[in-house]
Amino acid sequence: MSGPLPAPPHSSSDVGTTPAVELTDITKAFPGVIANDHISLKAMPGEVLCLLGENGAGKSTLMSILSGLYQPDSGSIEIDGRAVRIDSPKSGRELGIGMVYQHLSLIPTLSVLENLMLGSNPGLRLDADAARARMDELSGTLGVTLDPEATTGSLALGQQQQIEIIRALWKGSRVLILDEPTTMLTPQGIAELQNVLRQLKANGLAIIFITHKLHEAIAIGDRITILKQGRVVGDIDGDVISSSTPHQLQQRIVGMMFGERQTATTDIAELREEAGVERAAHGISEDVVLEVIDASAEGAVGQHGIDAISLQVHGGEILGVGGVDGNGQQALAQAIAGQQRLGGGDVRVDGSSVRDLNVSERQRLGLRYVTDDRLGEGVVAPYAVSLNMVLKRIGQPPFWRRGAIDRDRINATARALIEEFDIRTPSEETRIGALSGGNIQKSLLARELSFEPRVVVFNKPTHGLDVRTIALVRERIRSLAESGVGIVVISTDLDELVDLSDRVAVLFEGRIVGTVDVGPGAEARIGELILGGASPA
Amino acid sequence: MTTPATTPDAMGAAEVVPGRMSRWATNTALALIPLGLALLASAVILALLGVDPIAFYRDIITAGIVRESGRFDTITRMAPLLLIGCGLIYAFRASLWNLGMDGQYLLAAAFVAGLGPSVMSSFPVVIGWIVLSLTAMVIGAAWTLVPSILKARYGTNEIVTTLMMSFIGISLAVMLVSGPFNDPGPGPQTASLPREAMLWDLPGTSIHIGVIVALAVCLITYLVFARTSFGTRIDVLGANARAAVHMGIDVPRLIIVAFLVSGALVGLAAAIDIQGVFGYMRVDWNPAYGLAVVPLVFLARMNALALIPFAALFSLLTIGGLYAARRASIPSDFVLLFMGILLLFMVGTQYLTDRRARGESIAPKALLKGLRRG
Repeated sequence: MSGPLPAPPHSSSDVGTTPAVELTDITKAFPGVIANDHISLKAMPGEVLCLLGENGAGKSTLMSILSGLYQPDSGSIEIDGRAVRIDSPKSGRELGIGMVYQHLSLIPTLSVLENLMLGSNPGLRLDADAARARMDELSGTLGVTLDPEATTGSLALGQQQQIEIIRALWKGSRVLILDEPTTMLTPQGIAELQNVLRQLKANGLAIIFITHKLHEAIAIGDRITILKQGRVVGDIDGDVISSSTPHQLQQRIVGMMFGERQTATTDIAELREEAGVERAAHGISEDVVLEVIDASAEGAVGQHGIDAISLQVHGGEILGVGGVDGNGQQALAQAIAGQQRLGGGDVRVDGSSVRDLNVSERQRLGLRYVTDDRLGEGVVAPYAVSLNMVLKRIGQPPFWRRGAIDRDRINATARALIEEFDIRTPSEETRIGALSGGNIQKSLLARELSFEPRVVVFNKPTHGLDVRTIALVRERIRSLAESGVGIVVISTDLDELVDLSDRVAVLFEGRIVGTVDVGPGAEARIGELILGGASPA
Repeated sequence: MTTPATTPDAMGAAEVVPGRMSRWATNTALALIPLGLALLASAVILALLGVDPIAFYRDIITAGIVRESGRFDTITRMAPLLLIGCGLIYAFRASLWNLGMDGQYLLAAAFVAGLGPSVMSSFPVVIGWIVLSLTAMVIGAAWTLVPSILKARYGTNEIVTTLMMSFIGISLAVMLVSGPFNDPGPGPQTASLPREAMLWDLPGTSIHIGVIVALAVCLITYLVFARTSFGTRIDVLGANARAAVHMGIDVPRLIIVAFLVSGALVGLAAAIDIQGVFGYMRVDWNPAYGLAVVPLVFLARMNALALIPFAALFSLLTIGGLYAARRASIPSDFVLLFMGILLLFMVGTQYLTDRRARGESIAPKALLKGLRRG
C-alpha cells in the first residue's frame, strides 16, 4: 500500500482528458421496468459529478452496476480509458471503485479500526499496526481526525460516514461514489463532508455524488447530470455552472426534469381561478371529511417524522402529497390510519376526533389506508386471497360470528370483489403471495374500498405497477372521488400527483412547505418545492 | 427455526389442491416416506453398532404396543407431550419462541405435588383436581409473564428470556421441594398423594383420564386455529408482525395472551403428570420434555391434530425403545437419535414437495447446473 491514493496510470499529459470512469450506453431492465435506458456519463479525475434525479430515476441501479452488484444488459464501462467488466463488488473494489451507501453499513459495537479491518484484512491474523498506519494516511488525505479505538456507534453520523469513506478508499480508489450522502447528516456534518470532498478532489479522485436535492447539486457539483425515468435528460458543464446564478441553474434543471413548457411561472390568482373551475366540475363538497390538525409523529429510523402538519380534505376532493421519499410520508400515512400514535395534534374524520381509535375502529368509520408496502405489511403472503381481503375485519361480523369464522361468507364476498376489481387469480383460495404485484394491489384496493369508505389514504398507489394497472388504479381513485369520498394520494411521482389531484401539498423534512392548486404551471411550482423545500419567490 | 417446512397453514394456505382426499393422501405420504427413510437409516446405524435392527424394532413394538402394560404406558406418556405441544403451538404460531417450558412445567409440578396432599384432603376429589390443575395453569402462565412483557414492550428476544426464566423456575422448584414442600419422611421429596386422590383410570386399563383431557385440548387447539378469530390473529402475528400492526391487531396484548395460554397448558401438563402418574415430586426429578416436544411440534407443522400421531410415535419409541435398548445393551439415547434423523428426513421431504408445488425440479439446483455445464 503505497501512497494515500494511487497515481494515475497515464502520463501527466493525459490527466484531465481521460475520464476516470466512463459509462457508455448502459441499459438495465427489470421485469416491467427499464431502470437504465442507454445511459452514458463520465467522471473526470479531480471533479465532482453530481447525479441528480427523483426517486426511481435510475440512480441507484446505475451505481449498483458500477459497484458490481448488477450486470448491465448492454453497454460498456471504461476505467482510465480501459474497458472493464465489473462482475462483483470485489472486482469493483479492485478496479478502484469505492462506494459509500446512503445507509451506513458499519458495525456499531466494533471500534473504528476494527470496522476498517473487517473485510480488508488479508489472511487470518489481524494486522492492527498496518491498518492503523493506513488509517492515519487516509485521514490525513481527508483532512479529518478520528480515534481508531472509539466505539463506532458512539460517533456522530458524519464521523461514521468519514469512516465509510476511508473504507471505500482503503484499497486505493480512483472513483468514489456517494449515494445520497447528506440524507442523515446535520448541516455541520454536510459542511464537513464538503471539506472532505474538496480534499479528495485535490488528490485527483473522481467523485460521483448522487442526490435528489437541487441546491446540493448546484453547490457541490462541478458537473451535473440529470436522470429522469432511467434516461439522461440533461448535462450541465462546469463552465455553465460557474457562469450562471443559482436561480438560473435551478430554473434550467427544473425545466430539464419536468419539461420546459411548465417552467413559466403562472400567476397564482390565475391558478386559483382555474382550480376553482375544476373544483366545480368535480363536485367537491363543502364538507371537510378529513382534518389533520397540527399533527406530529415520529419517523422510522433514517426517515423524517411529521412536525405540526395540518391538512384538510373535502368530500370528493383528491389531495396530493408530494415530496421525496423519507420526508415524512410514512409517518403521515400511519398517523392518519392509526398505525402510529400522534405525538401531538389531532386527526378528525367528519368532524370527530379519531385520535384514540385503533386501526380497526378507524377502518369501520370508513377511514382507509392503502399502504405502499404491499408485501411487507399490506398482505400476509402465505394466506388466501379471500382471507387477506377481510384481515382488517378479523373477529367482526358478518365474517366472524361470536368468534367463529364463516368461511363460506368470506369466500363469497371475496369472489364478488375479485369480479368487481378484476383481480386475476386462479381462485379466491390461492395464496395471495403467488399473485402479480398489480393483482396484489387490486386486492388491497378491494379490501380498503369496499364497505363504505369515507376517506382513503393512498400511499404510492401505482409504485412498481405496469402501465395498464396504473391506469386502472388511477381510474379507480378518480371514480371514488366522484362518489364523494375524500382522498389523500401520497406519491413521489410528480406526473401522478398532477394527473390525479385537485391540490398538492409538498412535504419536506417533515413539514408542509407549500400547497399548490393544480392547474397550468403547477408542475414546475411543485417540482421546486419538492427539490428545494424553500420557495424561490 | 423458521424453515419453510414449518410455516403454519392458514385457511386456504395450501396450494391449489384438487380435493380434500388427495390432500390427506399427500400429507400421509409426507409423513410415511420420511418415517421409512429414518427407519432405514437407523437400521444402518444399529447394524454398525452390531445390533440386529429387525430384532431391535421388533422389541420396540413388543414392549410398546403388543404388551398390554406397555401399550397403556405408551398412551399415558402421550398426555404431557400433547399438552406441552399444544402450549408451544400457541406461542410458535405467533412466532414467539417459548423455550422455557421445562421451568414452567417443573415449577407448576412442584406446586401441585407440594400443595396436593392438603388440597386433596380438604376438597372432594374432582374439585381438588380442578383446583390443583388451575393452580398449575396459573403458575405456568405466570412464569411466562416476564418474557412476554419484555417482548411486548421492548421487543426483547424471548428465546433468551424464556430460557433464563426456565433455569430460575427449575432451581426454584428444587428449592420448594427441598424446603417448604418437603415431606420430612422418606427423603428430599414431597409427600405423596394418597392413591384415591390420583386421577381415575379409564375402565379396564391403567390409562388415566388426563389423556382424554390432553386429546380434548388438541381438538380445541385445532379448532381455535381453524375456526376462531383469536387463532387467525395469532397466525397473522406469526406470519407477518408488520401486517398484524397494519391490520389493527393489538400486538403487545396478543403477545402476552399467547404466552399466557402457552404457559398455562404447560402447567396443565405438569398437573396431569403429577396427579395421574407420579403422585409426588423428588428434588432431582426433571423429565425435561421440552426439547423432545419442540421437534414434534415442528414435525406436525404446528397442527394440534397432526401432533397426536407424532406424540404417539415418540411415546412408543420412548417406552418400547427403552426396553429394546436395554436388551441390545445400547444407550437409550438412541430414541433421540432416531427422532433427529426423522426430523431431518421430514424437513428434506417437505423442501422437495414445496419445490415441486412451485413447478421446479426436485433435483438440487447445483446438480442441474453441473449437468447443464457438462
